[in-house]
Amino acid sequence: MNKHKIFIAITLLEIGLGAMLFISGQSAVRAALSQQIGPKQQLVKFFDLTDLSIWTEARYTRHPSQTDFFTPFQDSPSSLEHFPAGSIISPLQGTPETRP
Amino acid sequence: MTRHLKILEYALSSLVRRKYKNLAIIAVYSFTIMVLASILFLTHSLKTEAANILATAPDLIIQRTVAGRHDLIPVEYVQEIKKNRGTGKVQPRYWGYYYDAVTEANYTILGVSGTPPELALVTGTAPAGPGECLIGQGVARARKIELGDELILVNSKGKGVLLNVVGTFTAAAEILTNDLIVMPEEEVINFFGLPEGRATDITVEVRNPNEIQNIAARIKRSLPDTRPITRQEIIRTYDAVFNWRSGMMLTIFSSALVAFCILAWDKATGISGEEKAEIGILKAIGWDTGDILELKFWEGLVVSLTAFLLGLIAAFTHVFWFSATILAPVIKGWSVLFPDFRLIPFVDVYQIFVIGCLTVIPYIASTVIPSWKAAITDPETVMRG
Repeated sequence: MNKHKIFIAITLLEIGLGAMLFISGQSAVRAALSQQIGPKQQLVKFFDLTDLSIWTEARYTRHPSQTDFFTPFQDSPSSLEHFPAGSIISPLQGTPETRP
Repeated sequence: MTRHLKILEYALSSLVRRKYKNLAIIAVYSFTIMVLASILFLTHSLKTEAANILATAPDLIIQRTVAGRHDLIPVEYVQEIKKNRGTGKVQPRYWGYYYDAVTEANYTILGVSGTPPELALVTGTAPAGPGECLIGQGVARARKIELGDELILVNSKGKGVLLNVVGTFTAAAEILTNDLIVMPEEEVINFFGLPEGRATDITVEVRNPNEIQNIAARIKRSLPDTRPITRQEIIRTYDAVFNWRSGMMLTIFSSALVAFCILAWDKATGISGEEKAEIGILKAIGWDTGDILELKFWEGLVVSLTAFLLGLIAAFTHVFWFSATILAPVIKGWSVLFPDFRLIPFVDVYQIFVIGCLTVIPYIASTVIPSWKAAITDPETVMRG
């Protein structure tokens, strides 16, 4: 078999596999939107939740949306940011109307 | 058409001649694309999920700030806030953090009032009376307890408090509730020893969503020591946390991109003597410059397209099938409780297009341009080196 035929076959196989993953992903998204998002929104509404529970190491990483504007320095005025998650999340941007 | 296929055939033979070098390039290239695509898939999925599930977050949260820090808010502010026309339910929230010395983990303790509706993501019930609690999967795992067991925590007076676990959040809710311990409001007030008439913050319902910003500004004017946080700000926070300019992007994404640039730069800064001689011979036997450029284009496309597709497939499976196991320790930081990501495969086609443009096109260019320089030189000079 010619090499170009093998290459085209492998490329089509990869594209097919990628398309299959993407299409199965889309059906998973549709299923999640109808089955998972609703119940999660129900939890958020009933318990008045404001943040995702991803980083639990510090106040300002557990609730980035509720944090004040001096967070990296809140425990000691001259301290540098020392939590690894602090390098993952960017500083909170407040709107001029609500910023203290 | 046959001519193009013949040139492709020659390009493949040429790549096979240097198979170990080319396989190594494809492996490194695929890995770089996998890292880039994994970060994009992971952040986009988390960002989209956050925007979807936080759509029902409170319209406004009113915090009190004292000396630049969040402080407990007087409950009488509720009445002051209710004076603003357009506000619906205004409620104080009681919540706080608890460091568990046993597991060295931080929990979030939240007070709840009222009869809960049927909650699909809760096994058991929400706490209704004193001594009852509802816990997240992370707390259950850390404490090795389950529904019906007892949870002992130490309150602000240093005394042990015994709580019956009447409910647990299901694994599907981990991303929201992993570290949560929900108790009745009175229990939380007593547990933290909150002063009478003080709450952690206040939630405000706004009847007309278009009025949220105006009401926030009015509350800020009437209660200058407060800081209103709108739902839009909450959602935007997660947009900022996981966007292109976030720390995660800057640290991991840029290092992967730099690695790729070095790879492309190495290709672009020159072709080997052997390759130059090959171009010279091809020119001498009658190939024109256009044919040689097409040959090099195919060589570049074969390597970059193969690596691009392999990298994308690997990234998709890594993030959505294996819960981003390679990236998770990087994101985890020092968190003791960390949720198992069950990511919804939200994929942005535009991002795939961007990765393609950022990687495939520069690689092809870096393969074709040096060859073009060799191809326009006299064959004899090229062959002599």
